[in-house]
Amino acid sequence: MTDFFRHAWTIAAKDLRTEIRNREVISAAASFALVVLLMFGFAFDPSSNFEVRSLTGGLLWIIYVFAGILILNRGFARETVNDCLGALTAAPISPASIFIGKAFANWVLLVAMELISLPLFGMFYDIRVYDRFGDLLIILALGSWALSIIGTIFGAVTANNRLRELMLPVLVFPMVLPALMACVELTGLALLNEPFGDSIAWLKLLVGFDIIFTLLGSVLLEPVLHQ
Amino acid sequence: MSSAISVKKVFKYFGNFAALRSVDLEAPAGSVLALLGRNGAGKTTLLEILAGHSRPSSGEISIGEARSREELSRAIGFVGHGQRLYDDLTAEENLKFFAALYDVGDIDSKLEEWFSRTGLARFRRSRVGEFSRGMRQRLAIARAFLHDPDILLLDEPWTALDDRAIEFLSDLIEDAHAKQRTVVVCSHQLREALSIATEVAVLERGSLAYRGPNTDELKAKPESLYEHIS
Repeated sequence: MTDFFRHAWTIAAKDLRTEIRNREVISAAASFALVVLLMFGFAFDPSSNFEVRSLTGGLLWIIYVFAGILILNRGFARETVNDCLGALTAAPISPASIFIGKAFANWVLLVAMELISLPLFGMFYDIRVYDRFGDLLIILALGSWALSIIGTIFGAVTANNRLRELMLPVLVFPMVLPALMACVELTGLALLNEPFGDSIAWLKLLVGFDIIFTLLGSVLLEPVLHQ
Repeated sequence: MSSAISVKKVFKYFGNFAALRSVDLEAPAGSVLALLGRNGAGKTTLLEILAGHSRPSSGEISIGEARSREELSRAIGFVGHGQRLYDDLTAEENLKFFAALYDVGDIDSKLEEWFSRTGLARFRRSRVGEFSRGMRQRLAIARAFLHDPDILLLDEPWTALDDRAIEFLSDLIEDAHAKQRTVVVCSHQLREALSIATEVAVLERGSLAYRGPNTDELKAKPESLYEHIS
């Protein structure tokens, strides 16, 4: 078990080191998020209209998902250069540790992009995002993990595909939909500072989704990589 | 002498194209097998199958005592066309990364040794993306040897190497041979391959066209090999 997590961490640390050095993905995703925030800010006038404010959970996750796809696209794509994916799959490590390492690196980058854009979102929409910051952090962490594991599985499927930039969103969005519905509902309540009440069921769904697809991804990655 | 590598009736199809046709091949433990042939003969396809990166369409492969995927991975060191190095990492980070995946102990002294042997010590903290083709090839060779594998599969290892680097690689292969490691060198460069080989196999259009021991005659006159085939 120790070896499993050590190998996963080695792979995640390599991906994060590469990203810190180049900032190729996080800067693109954060810029995209900022532009869409600005566009939505001009399109709606959220500060004066409660109905629009009630849509903010959905708006936020639309931005996160589309910006997140830029991050997820690079996860396995960077392994295709110089046949590094061949070296990873040939190494004497569990394919599940490759999956967890890749998913963790994607998750860190997704959460970083979300935390960069969250204060700007609060500013543009006149929402006090720090009133329920603990709740928001939990939702972001769980939602981002859902996006990351689905994106990592399909990132491996499309890694050697010439049209991977187009294929990945088409495959990821339908699969991640249940988790996104939960995120939208819970984030909306947290941003409007309303209690979760019965919506706690969405939180349970999100946790269940994360557990099931983490286990499924760990099992599925080997046949996917050796396809 | 027992076989380190055994290939029995292996076929490999890409669509309708047969890249390998009923190939039977054995490499004795501790031998240096030169797997020769012209472009498109099926050398790389066979090497990829031996390394476990590709599955044969039919036939049997056995590699030493390896029974599981993990044992096979540990038993094999592979240098292919792709070089398998991360451009954005330094030479040292690349070797440390693979050393961690292969659970190589005493990493620091191993790195010292390999940077010294490859002549890349001055460049260990430079990004691989800035390396010349020859420097990358030397680093790829170091990566393949780093975990001290029993079987080395080298696909066109002399590509882009200068005279000194060719000598360095020949020394490495001789050293591996002395340690009873099995080496398969896949190449269309007859002279270099035959200078270090103990066994010779030639593939032609996916079939095994020649198999035999290397001889002084072949070493002296490599082009005579194709006379055996015709």
